[in-house]
Amino acid sequence: MASGVKPRVKVPKTASAGETITIKTLISHPMESGQRKDKEGNLIPRSIINRFVVEFNGENVIDVTMEPAISTNPYFEFEAVVPESGEFVFTWYDDDGDVYTTSKNIEAS
Amino acid sequence: MKLTRRETLALGLAATTVTVLPFRAVAAAEDQIAAFTGGADIGSGDITLTAPEIAENGNTVPIGVEAPGAVSIMVLAMGNPNPDVGTFNFGPLAGSQSASTRIRLAGTQDVLAIAKMGDGSFIQTSSTVKVTIGGCGG
Repeated sequence: MASGVKPRVKVPKTASAGETITIKTLISHPMESGQRKDKEGNLIPRSIINRFVVEFNGENVIDVTMEPAISTNPYFEFEAVVPESGEFVFTWYDDDGDVYTTSKNIEAS
Repeated sequence: MKLTRRETLALGLAATTVTVLPFRAVAAAEDQIAAFTGGADIGSGDITLTAPEIAENGNTVPIGVEAPGAVSIMVLAMGNPNPDVGTFNFGPLAGSQSASTRIRLAGTQDVLAIAKMGDGSFIQTSSTVKVTIGGCGG
């Protein structure tokens, strides 16, 4: 497992029903591209997060396939519709099989 | 083995051609595009790719894509060793068909965005980014 992986997510606490909100996510991860070499000239093996999924109450918001060209500490900003109160679930899938999850509740009025 | 002057020159030329690697990257990008579109024609339309004209650091280049009505948007960096950057698939609760992220660019090159629309057609746009320091560990 890549060490020190910490997801950070910014979601407003409240919204009116049907409103479109902006979500920002950041996860600390080295995203080793597999192109870099160490001091001895050996290739550092690729180790990245390859997929990022956001769901709201079980319904898909965005599903991103990621390649090594995504920068260190992958950052995403996108918009979502909030039809009712509920929970956003954010999931990152690592190359090594690890899955990082975090969730945020939102009140819709 | 004896080489005439002409043969030596020809060998040198051949060697130079082999070392011009970007051709391979372009071929890889074309494969990626074909895999995404299934060989369909790509037109132009309502798709925006926001990228800086000049990026000082190729390790984190902020880009944004937007294509109203798109199902998914693929981003390609034509000059990277591996041109694939990522694909955004928008679900039913996506507020808009837009997203932004930060990408790595190996050097000055074209960034390409292709959107698959709801009706199955494809549109694309591209933007040239000048990179001062490349982002591939070099």
